[in-house]
Amino acid sequence: MTPTDRKYTREHEWVQINGKQAIVGITNYAQNELGDVVFVDLPETGSVVEANDEMAVVESVKAVSDIYAPVSGKIVKVNEALQDNPELINSDPYKDGWISIIEMSDPDEVDELMSAEEYADFTEGE
Amino acid sequence: MAELKQTPLFDQHVALGARLIPFGGWEMPVQYSGILEEHRAVREAAGLFDLSHMGEFSVTGPGAYDYLNRLLSNNLGKLRVGRAQYNLLLNHEGGVVDDLLVYRLDDQGYLVVVNAANMEKDWEWFQEYLPTAGVSLINRSAQTALIAIQGPKSEEILSQVTTTDLAAITYYSFEEATVAGKEVLLSATGYTGERGFELYLDAAEAATVWSELLEVGASSGLVPVGLGARDTLRLEAAFCLYGHELTEETNPWEAGLGWTVKMDKGDFIGKAALQAQQGEALKRKLVGFKLLQRGVPRQGYAILNSRAEEIGHVTSGSVSPTLGESIGLGYVTASQAEPGNHVWLKIRDKAVEAELIDLPFVPPYNKR
Repeated sequence: MTPTDRKYTREHEWVQINGKQAIVGITNYAQNELGDVVFVDLPETGSVVEANDEMAVVESVKAVSDIYAPVSGKIVKVNEALQDNPELINSDPYKDGWISIIEMSDPDEVDELMSAEEYADFTEGE
Repeated sequence: MAELKQTPLFDQHVALGARLIPFGGWEMPVQYSGILEEHRAVREAAGLFDLSHMGEFSVTGPGAYDYLNRLLSNNLGKLRVGRAQYNLLLNHEGGVVDDLLVYRLDDQGYLVVVNAANMEKDWEWFQEYLPTAGVSLINRSAQTALIAIQGPKSEEILSQVTTTDLAAITYYSFEEATVAGKEVLLSATGYTGERGFELYLDAAEAATVWSELLEVGASSGLVPVGLGARDTLRLEAAFCLYGHELTEETNPWEAGLGWTVKMDKGDFIGKAALQAQQGEALKRKLVGFKLLQRGVPRQGYAILNSRAEEIGHVTSGSVSPTLGESIGLGYVTASQAEPGNHVWLKIRDKAVEAELIDLPFVPPYNKR
């Protein structure tokens, strides 16, 4: 099921909002499409991203997938556990497989994103 | 785009929940449960592959031997009845049109097995050089299915559905056999580095044999395996893949396939061009490498030396499921191709350090 406590992008990222902080990851649909994740190229902590910028790269055995920043802001934390255990993205995409935390510069951007229900409809059409 | 072809096992793949992708004009399973899991199953137990997309040409008649020996790089004179031989089809410049297997069925009969993506190109090539008499050339690709069973448990599983003495079928030999009640050409060949067999059979009977093997093999750990794991398995074994390590511009020696080219066997297409190059030093060489830092090598990435000069490019790369390291193959300037040399791969905006290592990455089953 698509968790209802967060928002979604058309590029299959999810964002969970906690005050000014946005936790970012990729959806179950995305990890399933990618297959076995073997490497995550994490962003640098402290780097500043604009919404829709390439932020990270997730690689499976067969595919290379760019991950886009769903919102603008500063990367304040990345999930270092993905260095040694990239498969967390497959096994637990909505929790332990999170990718980064962005301190938002424009929290209004969140309103542009899809709800869980909208995202579920969106992936049905994919 | 032309419509994708489907193998006689297409319905089985759909029922097994395979993810299907276009490959060489075919709609093929890239994975069922997952590439890593399927890869490990082949190394530890056994895997079942549908390779029915491959092309099969029948070459028979009193002129078959001379015809093939002039078309192919290896010495057909050394190929005995009941054996298979790895071969290159070369162009007039000595480049590789395709790599293929030749089975000698009887005194005057051969079966040639070619890559799916090259089948039509090869077929035109074979027709172009066909003599007006003495050779019958038939394209059996559409009515021939190919099922491979590979892995340490493959012999044990196969023995449950055939009375043929499998232990007697040594690497690169074959027999006519009955498997699951169907007539097959049963060959101890493969593309994984494991003990295994390839079964050529009538397309109409493929589903029966496939299903029966999956059923009797399940308790031994047999799983269906897609093209994704087929690629990681062959990469670990350092087998060349056409379109990656081999192209029409590849010289067989730089690819490490000099052993398939027999310059002393009489004339063959490509020989003159290769003869002219024989005295010259190789410009580049196929090498294996492992990454010393995190990353995944991919085809086309540049290979740099310590001065950040480009010395080659990656032809294949992946995380090795067996070794847990990132490995790859690529061509580099011959003078810098020594195992132990350090090189850098240009991955996006980073230079990732790698070390050239001896091939294969994972030794074949008979050399462990």
